[in-house]
Amino acid sequence: MNQFGPTADFSALRLRADVLRKIRQYFFDHHVLEVDVPVLAEHSVTDVYLSALSVSVMGQVQYLQTSPEYYMKRLLAAGSSSIYTIVKAFRADEKGQRHRPEFSMLEWYRTGIDDRQLMQDVIGLASSIGIDEAFEQVSYRDLFLLHTGLNPHIAETHELAHYCESHFGIDWPNTPRSTWLDIIFSRHIEPQLQAPTLVYDFPSCQCALARVRSNDLGEPVARRFEWYWQGLELANGYWELTDAAVQRDRFEQDNQARIQQHLPAMVMDPHFLAAMEHGLPECAGIALGLDRLMMCLLKTRNIADVMAFG
Amino acid sequence: MADYSTNEFRGGLKVMLDGDPCSVVENEYVKPGKGQAFNRVKLRNLKTGRVWERTFKSGEKLEGADVMETDMEYLYNDGEFYHFMEPQTFEQVQADATAVGETSKWLKEQETYVVTLFNGAPLAVAAPNHIELEITETDPGLKGDTAQGGTKPATLATGAMVKVPLFLSTGEIIKVDTRTGEYLGRASTK
Repeated sequence: MNQFGPTADFSALRLRADVLRKIRQYFFDHHVLEVDVPVLAEHSVTDVYLSALSVSVMGQVQYLQTSPEYYMKRLLAAGSSSIYTIVKAFRADEKGQRHRPEFSMLEWYRTGIDDRQLMQDVIGLASSIGIDEAFEQVSYRDLFLLHTGLNPHIAETHELAHYCESHFGIDWPNTPRSTWLDIIFSRHIEPQLQAPTLVYDFPSCQCALARVRSNDLGEPVARRFEWYWQGLELANGYWELTDAAVQRDRFEQDNQARIQQHLPAMVMDPHFLAAMEHGLPECAGIALGLDRLMMCLLKTRNIADVMAFG
Repeated sequence: MADYSTNEFRGGLKVMLDGDPCSVVENEYVKPGKGQAFNRVKLRNLKTGRVWERTFKSGEKLEGADVMETDMEYLYNDGEFYHFMEPQTFEQVQADATAVGETSKWLKEQETYVVTLFNGAPLAVAAPNHIELEITETDPGLKGDTAQGGTKPATLATGAMVKVPLFLSTGEIIKVDTRTGEYLGRASTK
């Protein structure tokens, strides 16, 4: 007989509902407006390693959104002030113990603040949903140095490649610096991050939509941070890039990298670029994987345990 | 053989790696937020039994390995090779000592074994979990000593040495767990 029941216990579903209620309460108390944005759109992201699901709508190709970011930024540019949304996000080709092609995302933006202040906001939100473990805050550089002896901002790419070959037997030709950093971070550092930890100041090659600034040592860093807990990556925050020209350059670089890797180039979302040209207010924003947060609260390693039908 | 992409890797899938047939043990998908996805895969080399851990870029492909597990009956040893027969087709194969490995001490005529065939040739032979064998040599049994947990060594018909309770004697048939070499009890039928 076919099984019809949920993959999560009702206790997990009740906790999930309770967490959603507390999240909404937190943002209500902080005057952050809840918005509902489309999941289906004509354009998608140019990110090299994000693959959007395409669907046919009235005979035309549209995409299920990999995140609500572009719509959120269009609202911000139009003058919404601080906003949040709780939506489903979709990513083709992502499935595993901690991944589903369809998952729930909480994304929020606060106007007039930077990434450092947003980190404090994350801690406030965590506390309001009952996370009482103390947060650790550490720079990507210090963590990397501690665990590998390499400075991620100044180490040569061949040194990172050599580290991967000698520690993991990985010998991939023509691999970008960012991939070597990701491999080292996910193999040697992420599993160590058991306490709730905010890792800030990422290598500039991983800036995505964050600003690049110099740290105290004069090294260029991406003003981006991630929240890790129980060895899981939960959230990714940025001091948002507001320069439309730089944004367009990054999209073009993405598409060049896509072509080199025999991936289809993506049409840059003209509405998003128009919003950037109109002017995105000074803001910091973050996307948080709600299913992963639930995994940590329930101390499970399997995402199916926290989704009604995972 | 068909090629398999990393997202098709499931436990038990047989693929070729560095020229050797391997069985996928575990496949962990790793995707840093916006970065390149990769798969950490554990594979058992079916020739050596060793487990390898490899990291592949997601979507990388490996050639499938023509590996089949078949129930076969053990026939005899000709001094160099061990001969097995497929009971339906009567097709016979000969396995060398490397393929048989540790299983040689559990080989009993007419018993059924799982023979792993790679390109039609035996690569490995696995014994059934439980097997019934005759004790061919052990110290005389101590009648009445059934309560205490003492053991003594016994040699079985296949040459395996196991520890058995003191009350058993030569000629008795016992049931043994081939994975641990543990004595399980007297055979149900004699």
